[in-house]
Amino acid sequence: MSRVLLIEDDPAVREGVALALRRQNHDVDATATGEEGMDRLRAFRPDIVVLDLMLPGMTGLDVCRGIRAVDQTLPIIMATARGDEVDIVVGLEAGADDYVVKPVLARVLDARIRAVLRRAAGSTPGAEGLPKIDTYGDLTVDRSGLTVALNGEPIALAPSELRLLLTLSASPGQVFSRQQLLEAVWEHDYHGDARLVDACVKRLRTKMSEPPRASRFIHTVRGFGYRFAAQ
Amino acid sequence: MRKRRLLGLRARLVVAFGLVAAVAAISAGALTFREARTGVLQQSQDATIRQLRAQLNQRAGELALPPDEPMLRKFAQGMAANESQGSWRVLVTYGDLSGSSVRGDPFPEVTPAVREAVGASKATVFQRVRDDGRTSLVVGMSILFGAPDGAATATGVRVFLVVPQTTEQAYVDALVTAVERAMVAALALAVVLALLAARGVLVPVRKLRLATRRIAEGRLDTRLAVNGSDELADLSHTFNETAAALETSVAELREMEARARRFAADVSHELRTPLAAMSAVTDILDEDAARLDPDTATAVRLISEETVKLARLVDDLMEISRFDAGAAVLHLDEIDLAESIRRTLASRGWTDTVATDLPPPHAVRGRVDPRRLDVVVANLVGNALKHGAHPVQVRLSAGDAGAVIEVRDSGPGIPHDVLPHVFERFYKSDTARIRSEGSGLGLSITAENVRIHGGTVRAADHPAGGAVFTVELPLWRDESHEENPSWNPS
Repeated sequence: MSRVLLIEDDPAVREGVALALRRQNHDVDATATGEEGMDRLRAFRPDIVVLDLMLPGMTGLDVCRGIRAVDQTLPIIMATARGDEVDIVVGLEAGADDYVVKPVLARVLDARIRAVLRRAAGSTPGAEGLPKIDTYGDLTVDRSGLTVALNGEPIALAPSELRLLLTLSASPGQVFSRQQLLEAVWEHDYHGDARLVDACVKRLRTKMSEPPRASRFIHTVRGFGYRFAAQ
Repeated sequence: MRKRRLLGLRARLVVAFGLVAAVAAISAGALTFREARTGVLQQSQDATIRQLRAQLNQRAGELALPPDEPMLRKFAQGMAANESQGSWRVLVTYGDLSGSSVRGDPFPEVTPAVREAVGASKATVFQRVRDDGRTSLVVGMSILFGAPDGAATATGVRVFLVVPQTTEQAYVDALVTAVERAMVAALALAVVLALLAARGVLVPVRKLRLATRRIAEGRLDTRLAVNGSDELADLSHTFNETAAALETSVAELREMEARARRFAADVSHELRTPLAAMSAVTDILDEDAARLDPDTATAVRLISEETVKLARLVDDLMEISRFDAGAAVLHLDEIDLAESIRRTLASRGWTDTVATDLPPPHAVRGRVDPRRLDVVVANLVGNALKHGAHPVQVRLSAGDAGAVIEVRDSGPGIPHDVLPHVFERFYKSDTARIRSEGSGLGLSITAENVRIHGGTVRAADHPAGGAVFTVELPLWRDESHEENPSWNPS
């Protein structure tokens, strides 16, 4: 049972998705416009936002950026039409955690919502038996409190960013392929969209104030993927 | 090409102009030469004969009959001395006696034939003799007594005159040289004219050829500048009209095609929104169907299943539309192809039904779009399972051009009339066949996905039976956009 804010302009889709999500035991608040959705944020206090990218007026991208401006950690799933290639990348870089392609089956959307929420709740695979708080130079990762701090300053991370950092840092030095990360962090299948990983790494680096071409913590391993360097 | 150039228009024009000029110059020269030469020689000949006759008339009285040799010699010398230029050689004969203007002169020019001719005739005999490059005029005549009744009797004295014709010969030679020079000039002029004429024809022809080639390359806006009003200008004009007509109809065709594609894309797009609403609730229908009246339950399940199929069809249509619009994008990532194929089979539950022949991990790695590779393998294997027969085998190997993926079934193979069409959209080999599970776009999408990778896919019958689809995929293309390469393993 989680609180889902659904922002979708088409009445039939809105009604159908809301109905299906309610059947999956979610508490759904559905709005037709981005402006309304932004208004509902404070009153409804959703656990997750399902956001249509194609909205009249304030676009899905605007809403995504608007939410990130006030809340760095609220999970966001974009609903897009396949082919909106550019929008997907922009949306991911604007801070969306995941996306689904419409038309989407209710059980697929439900699975994605639950996967993102699991990320927010912690439980990193491979983290068992590790110390609860790791320090890598000036970076501190608290695995039980699910907080990350740089030079003592806490960094607000979205669920996928947090889960990605926890996964990578659980095995410092190990190279993860994008496909591995898609499975471990997003619970997608092997052939999922690797741009999710790239966009998330980019956001994470920005939040960790990493210089674009000389990342200290998350290294790109050309041809293979990413690895966490423990200084 | 080169060989044809040798016989090209230019060469042919030069040869034709040259021939015409040569024939004209030669015939004009020959006629002129003949007339001029005859005129010159005739004139000098007549003058000489007139002069000789006048002298004879004047001097014949000096000659006593019968004359002796000294007298003949004196007569000859007197005749020769009387000529102003001193070029005359005179021979006077009487029977066997003879006297010449130059002592001991054998007079080779005065042939026995000439002597005989003079003896036989009362008329003047003349002959042009060419000896050792020098032409001489030989004139011979008998001296006659004129009787009061007009009859003439030969005295038996014969006078032969030899005059060298060097001046006349030089004149004729100069004429020949002049004709020759004129001919060379005429020929040169003819060649120049031929080249000019060829240029006048060839330049427009070359322009026409280049323009035609540009049209063939697809630049349909190519037009020729029309100069003048000759046949070539007409041709250029016709070319322009044809090109314009072609451009218009191609533009219309493209516009129609684009409209048709846009229509397909728009339809798919418009279908997506209602489908999104329907897809969202199919799970509810499935869950609650059990609690409904059997007929209603069947109807509800039917709607649910067909909604899922419709969603997939629209999805495939959208995908094809993107390929048509050139909007399909590759998201390259370096992956292990064997692992990718294994995951494709696993995610569709085919691991146990499909035999694999895959190289060891990391033996075949490459930069491909993993999602598209998944679609390719899934469509080919799905097609083999559906239309072929078990066992279905998937093979991956490294070839020269990249990876080679073979999907082979053990069915009856593909009929030969179907083979060229297997990658066509909505192609059904058997029109009466019941509707299959796929959208009819699976193999087209496979082909497009392979093509966008720069690879090839072909269908064939395996010699040992069954159909085999072979995909050749280049593995290392477009190394440029690697995301943030801050560290490289070494």
